[in-house]
Amino acid sequence: MSTVTIVSTGTANIASVAAALRRCGCTPRTTTNPNEVSDADRVVLPGVGSFAAGMEALNSHGLTPVLRERAEAGRPLLAICLGLQLLCRSSEESPGFSGLGVIDSDVRRLSGELRVPQFGWNTVERGDTSIRTDGYAYYANSYCVAEPPHGWRCATTPYGASIVAAIERGAVLACQFHPELSGAWGAELIAGWLSRTESSVAC
Amino acid sequence: MLTRRIIPCLDVRDGRVVKGVRFAGLRDAGDPVEQAERYEREGADEIVILDVSATPEGRETAAVTVESVRSVLSIPLTVGGGVRSFADAERLLSAGADKVGVNSAAVARPELLSELASRVGTQCVVIAIDAARRNAASGWEVVTHSGTTRTGVDAIEWAAQAEQRGAGEILLTSWDRDGTGEGYDTDLLHTMSAATRLPIVASGGASGPSHMLEAFEAGAHAVLAASIFHDGVMTVGSVKAELARNGTEVRL
Repeated sequence: MSTVTIVSTGTANIASVAAALRRCGCTPRTTTNPNEVSDADRVVLPGVGSFAAGMEALNSHGLTPVLRERAEAGRPLLAICLGLQLLCRSSEESPGFSGLGVIDSDVRRLSGELRVPQFGWNTVERGDTSIRTDGYAYYANSYCVAEPPHGWRCATTPYGASIVAAIERGAVLACQFHPELSGAWGAELIAGWLSRTESSVAC
Repeated sequence: MLTRRIIPCLDVRDGRVVKGVRFAGLRDAGDPVEQAERYEREGADEIVILDVSATPEGRETAAVTVESVRSVLSIPLTVGGGVRSFADAERLLSAGADKVGVNSAAVARPELLSELASRVGTQCVVIAIDAARRNAASGWEVVTHSGTTRTGVDAIEWAAQAEQRGAGEILLTSWDRDGTGEGYDTDLLHTMSAATRLPIVASGGASGPSHMLEAFEAGAHAVLAASIFHDGVMTVGSVKAELARNGTEVRL
């Protein structure tokens, strides 16, 4: 049975991610150790909380360089919600904090007359990503990436304007929504990433 | 487009689902894992578990229940009841809750909301407000401790303060309507919706899809219901189909 490594820098939501991976037949293990993250075949970077707290946690555990390297090399990485945002350059949520800078974008606050946070199920148009079908995904976000970043395949969601739902490059898939909470559609997305990345993992 | 959410609520005590009107006359209503699974299958958008245990042993059981439900559930899970500290919230989140609901303890000590939001994020913090119409004046006041305490605190002002302090969602229960089947308190929803930008989950009083439509029109983003689903009078799926026929965006 294959192991998937979850970067566990915060309390929140890790249990849901682990449970979803178990339902896909994987063994999740959690770590904050940079060597383990570097060596892992497949890594999940979940995230709930503020951009600053997320980056401080990564920095304090020495995880920033290994995650950056992995994402830039296109090695298997599934980033979820804040995890996606941390891959960007910066965020309006936490001025002065640098993100991993792998995605050439700055994270913006959801604006206009919208309810914030965006809590609930919204449609995802899969665009040119490897996500198999359009569907409904569960969101819990106050910030977003507004424009599809250059060099990434991109799925989108309408919330006021069109926002980035997920982006993909190599074996890196970063979702603004929570696939682990998106019912059967989300489970299929996770299973798809697992099966695609299995072939890129040296056995 | 963001859809309206239908959220079945499980009142859980000592590892079993219970039901009763206003927490009186509780009787056994089944296994929480089986019910949560069934609701997800029927199309529920989220599950709320409300721990109504009265004892510390019961609270321990609640975390075990959350863990068991989490292992089968692939939609969001909110857990409330008896959350008084960061440690309480952390226990439930570690067990598999995605959001925690805080109620009486936040009224007694509003800083609790900021403490939780700064450590686990706004997205994980639900302020549960039980609101009752004032007896001698207009408006609503917050009631706590399962309705036994009328606090005198204005429910609308309290919601605004909770938003400021870092709550990410409001679970708004009408104490006057809860368990009556007379419909959600739409005046309360209208007033609350105008006073906050947070999403509002309406609770208390539903006996069918027409009540849910009224709640959405009054500003609710999600509706919570317990007895109509437990009794098998209708399924989540049939409710959603009816809402869709009436032009409400739901996830089908």
